[in-house]
Amino acid sequence: MTPRSVLLDRIVPMLYWLLLAAAVWILLRGHNAPGGGFIAGLVAVAASAALAIVLGERVARARLPLAPLPLAASGVLLALVSGLPALFSGHPYLMHFWGAPLEVKLSTVMLFDLGVFLAVWGALAGFVLALLAAWEEAA
Amino acid sequence: MNLILAPLLLPLFTALVCALLAGRPAWQTRISLAGAAANPLFGLLLLERAASGEVQHLVLGGWPAPFGIAFAADGLGVALAVVAALLGLAVLVHQAGAAEPAAPSPGLHPLVHLLLAGVGGAFMTADLFNLYVWFELMLMAALGLLVAGGERRHLEAAFKYFVLNVLGTLLLLAAVALIHGATGHLNFAALAEAARRPELAGVLPGYLGLLALALLLKSAAFPLYAWLPATYHSLPAPILALFGGLLTKVGVYALLRLFGQVFAGVAEAPVQLLGWIALATMVSGVLGAAYHWDLRRILAFHIVSQIGYLLLGIALMSPAGAAATLYFTAHNILAKAGLFLIAGIVWRLAGHHDLRRVGGLYAARPGLALLFLLAAFSLVGVPPTSGFWGKFLLVRESFGQGQFLWGGVALAVGVLTLYSMAKIWLEAFWKPHPDGREMAAPVPGLAPAYAAVMILGAATLGMGLWPEPFIAFAQSATAGFGTGGRP
Repeated sequence: MTPRSVLLDRIVPMLYWLLLAAAVWILLRGHNAPGGGFIAGLVAVAASAALAIVLGERVARARLPLAPLPLAASGVLLALVSGLPALFSGHPYLMHFWGAPLEVKLSTVMLFDLGVFLAVWGALAGFVLALLAAWEEAA
Repeated sequence: MNLILAPLLLPLFTALVCALLAGRPAWQTRISLAGAAANPLFGLLLLERAASGEVQHLVLGGWPAPFGIAFAADGLGVALAVVAALLGLAVLVHQAGAAEPAAPSPGLHPLVHLLLAGVGGAFMTADLFNLYVWFELMLMAALGLLVAGGERRHLEAAFKYFVLNVLGTLLLLAAVALIHGATGHLNFAALAEAARRPELAGVLPGYLGLLALALLLKSAAFPLYAWLPATYHSLPAPILALFGGLLTKVGVYALLRLFGQVFAGVAEAPVQLLGWIALATMVSGVLGAAYHWDLRRILAFHIVSQIGYLLLGIALMSPAGAAATLYFTAHNILAKAGLFLIAGIVWRLAGHHDLRRVGGLYAARPGLALLFLLAAFSLVGVPPTSGFWGKFLLVRESFGQGQFLWGGVALAVGVLTLYSMAKIWLEAFWKPHPDGREMAAPVPGLAPAYAAVMILGAATLGMGLWPEPFIAFAQSATAGFGTGGRP
């Protein structure tokens, strides 16, 4: 552990949620503007990394929705599944569909992007947390 | 419903579900075996369409070329995808037994299926850059499997494998980039058109030489095969069979697809050279095998030697040569993997990989001896096994083209292969066990291993006893190869 700083101790746990909210915003924004699952995933990794540096690797790991590997695997799985409706309806795999039930624009691309988001978050947070764990052990 | 993507999507889904089931080994094994069993069935459905000469196409997301990622299922790709799927099933069945299986680890099943997905993708893609991506996926999965043991020798083998294969992958990427820069295309069909533009005749042969170099490294051809015997012997039997059966053959497939079809007739010099590389690969592999006493090392050197035969068929640059390579590749994947799986059973029964320290298996296990003889005869090329027809097609086409030296060396290497197989037979099966080890008592848990060997043995025997449909299929799948026919 690094020497503790009261300011960081107080701010980073709040910043964690702010960063995750920003990640979700970037994820949804990516639908029609710059953004998307990959960048949003990186922002979420930054949130996990900040938390790990201040409160320790274990706390950040426990805050992930799943352990890193299952998180990444379920992300890739979700992205692959998002192409299946096209396959089963006789269209080329990964062709996507749009619709607006209840006045909300939805599409299968959002599932794909969410999958990319989870895959990036799980895989890269897994690396970062493993490295930080080694660093904490050495310190 | 379009099934073109089944050879890559099914293993990919299986790998991911297995990764999610990492904490529940029993369920992971079940899902893994179910996925592996379904894979050849989907392959057979594809094969039925391909056998009628139909080439199925698919572009991801329905985006038209040049934006979309194209896949195509023709006879060549589908046939090899079916064989690969069959091998994947046999390997995972063998893993369920007690004949030198890989140590259980949560990553094992996901990585095996990831590797199969990479292989399936390489066979189905119709895009040069995607071919590179699938090679990369295979490399990553293979590395994971190589380090899975976690001991020093595993890491050493993984390091050698990594360095040489990353070099090959980087060369491949560089060649793909240069070819794309020159032609402006990555799609196979578009490349075949663009590569024949006269203004490219100056630069393209050099780029294609680089491409060939990268793929020859991946195929473990002379003189770039050093990585193969240096790494394979550290693997447990089923994974060894998977690597030995499949990985190098994907490199050969890429060479056949690109130089036999897409760029056929564009670059003469690399192809001329390929024939001599094929001979050197055959001879150096079989001599390396003759020198060794470790069963796995002998078989690893024979992989190299057999790669020479496959390359010879490509170098002949004719439809008959390409058909011989296709038939030979299918035969070789089955026979070679069968021998590696038998090596696992030999280790379990006789207790060692060194031929000087085992023996007596003919008296103790005549059934195993028979299975070994079948696979060994197939590798040597004794009728009525599949190996005989593979060599017959190759040598006939060599002589037919007046390449008597090439055909003659292919026959002579067969004799040396017989020497190696006879050595294994005499040492492991015929002579009594040097320690007088008692092997009559039944060993529990070997049934899956035998079942796996029999799956592969039945396939190679079938290809040998009823060769007509297989040869006819290979000939129709490779019609127009080597002569500049368009994909």
